[in-house]
Amino acid sequence: MNILVILKMVPDTVEELNVSADGKSLDSEFLRFKLNDPDEHALEQGLILKEKSGGKVTVIALDAPEVDDVLYTALAKGADRAVKIPVSQAGLGTKATAKVLSDFFSSGAGAVTPDTLVLVGTYAIDDLEGELAPMLAVHLGLPYLGVVSSVAASDHGLIVQKEFAGGLRGEFEVELPAVLGIQSAEKPPRYVPVAKVRAVMKSAKIDEVEIPAPTDTVCLDVQRSYKPEAAGRAEIFEGSPEEVADKIVDALAKSGVI
Amino acid sequence: MAKSILVLAEQLRGGISDITYEMLGAGRAIAQALGVPLEAVLLGSGTSQLASSLGAADKVFVADNPELDLAAPETVAEVVKTLVDKTGADIVLVGCTNVSLGIGSILAARSQMPLVNFCRAIKVDGGGLVCTSQLFGGKILSDVKLADGRGIIGVYPGAFPIEQGRSDRTPPTEAIDVSVQPSKIRFKQYIEPASGDVDITKQHVLVAVGRGIQTQDNVQLAEELAQALGGAVCASRPVIDQGWLPLTRQVGKSGMTVKPRVYLAFGISGAPEHWEGMQNSQCIIAVNTDPKAPIFDGAHYGAVADAVELLPILTEKVKMRKG
Ligand SMILES: Cc1cc2nc3c(=O)[nH]c(=O)nc-3n(C[C@H](O)[C@H](O)[C@H](O)COP(=O)(O)OP(=O)(O)OC[C@H]3O[C@@H](n4cnc5c(N)ncnc54)[C@H](O)[C@@H]3O)c2cc1C
Repeated sequence: MNILVILKMVPDTVEELNVSADGKSLDSEFLRFKLNDPDEHALEQGLILKEKSGGKVTVIALDAPEVDDVLYTALAKGADRAVKIPVSQAGLGTKATAKVLSDFFSSGAGAVTPDTLVLVGTYAIDDLEGELAPMLAVHLGLPYLGVVSSVAASDHGLIVQKEFAGGLRGEFEVELPAVLGIQSAEKPPRYVPVAKVRAVMKSAKIDEVEIPAPTDTVCLDVQRSYKPEAAGRAEIFEGSPEEVADKIVDALAKSGVI
Repeated sequence: MAKSILVLAEQLRGGISDITYEMLGAGRAIAQALGVPLEAVLLGSGTSQLASSLGAADKVFVADNPELDLAAPETVAEVVKTLVDKTGADIVLVGCTNVSLGIGSILAARSQMPLVNFCRAIKVDGGGLVCTSQLFGGKILSDVKLADGRGIIGVYPGAFPIEQGRSDRTPPTEAIDVSVQPSKIRFKQYIEPASGDVDITKQHVLVAVGRGIQTQDNVQLAEELAQALGGAVCASRPVIDQGWLPLTRQVGKSGMTVKPRVYLAFGISGAPEHWEGMQNSQCIIAVNTDPKAPIFDGAHYGAVADAVELLPILTEKVKMRKG
């Protein structure tokens, strides 16, 4: 199987996010970037598939802060090839990103073969214009299924599980080539020691594939971005950890659970 | 000038999903303000009967065809596109649910209509619309203007009241002819939720942990509190995805819906997908280091504190109080 995993960097929401002076975009000054969570699972699912059914895993990312680390980490985890497209992801909407990636596929550097499986995180936290996987699928003329939580090779292509609510899942048969939006891999993403990543940085290299930057970067007119106003319904317990704990115990007692 | 609003109704296993009523309620409000009809389209087996519950719409297009049950997103998008071309609908509402996610994006990629994803509020502004989208896990809201009032709106579940989309009226229906092309994606069967572990939907007290708990070892601190309280530990998605707790403990959109007497949330931001699963708890107590975490907006009590530091202290105090 020719497995391609698209990796996208997103702002780390564990850090405080602020709106920049233009009132529309995120203030990039203190922004830290990390790999989009579902993309991490897409990579893991790709690696599991390779281990079980053979094939090659190529990871592809647009340029973004810290992206080299993420690509080397993917190689250290077992990906065979890492590609960086030196088009900055900053400020690119989903439509433009899908265009860049589909240009990559038609560039000769990444053709869609009959055994191609493109794995993408099913959504990203900044998917204002739409999710990348279905938009890319349309560009490539491939079938798409999202919110996928396990993928296995079968005689006819793939057996895929998609999540609904309440733990209910659906099983689907998917013919290759295809694009899947991964919600979670069938196993938690593997850990790779930093030393191994360092070693890979010395021995492996990231391919750079030049793709023209898109002319239209966004297709939506964002008028204003802001932090949600706290409705402030919660009564906040103040004080030292000891005092806070006492107040929580009081609340527990009031609710009748102790 | 807008022509009509189209809601892509969602059904799963013969039941109309809540999101459908949420979208009908939201759609009704815009339709009224713009003075245009609100229409819905419902696909799948038995939908001629199911359509009778969509009375909030002025008209329901129905394709009663078992081949459309859990059809591939591109198949559904194609049906909607054909309908939009026919009726001239300029606003399409699609749910950002596990079932429907992706359909709006395909429609946007195939048509000239832009998609505004993850929308929580819609306002009519002149002849256009302003949609408020929730991004970055609920940390940022963006107001997006659709100046000409055309677009696909991905509606966040839980953002609009269900009641406003319900109606006793029976709507007029129109059967639409859909020739379903053989798809490369075929639904085979349902896989029922696993059982065997603790049933978190039956607990009086739940100690929930989120990404803020930081390590697998720290989950044990929550386990100890849950034991002291006679309850169980549950978690947000990232904790489950890390494999720190089994899938049976996940609360939220793709997990369980719980209604305990007390829901203690440690290091959970309160993303809408989590909120969906625990909002009806009788008492919600949230502990988070970020005073602006959205969970505090809905919780009854809160503490701005380090969960890892607070948990053992709390466990001791609970044990002391219980004697
Ligand atoms: C289709 C779909 C389905 C989904 N289904 C679900 C679902 O079923 N359930 C679910 O939960 N999510 C689901 N999600 C994911 C959801 O959008 C959020 O990403 C997730 O709920 C966030 O989990 P979290 O609050 O633990 O993590 P984060 O959002 O990262 O929040 C971590 C919080 O911990 C706080 N924190 C950090 N350190 C500490 C500390 N030491 N002490 C106290 N607090 C600390 C931070 O301030 C932050 O608020 C779904 C998403 C999609 C798109």
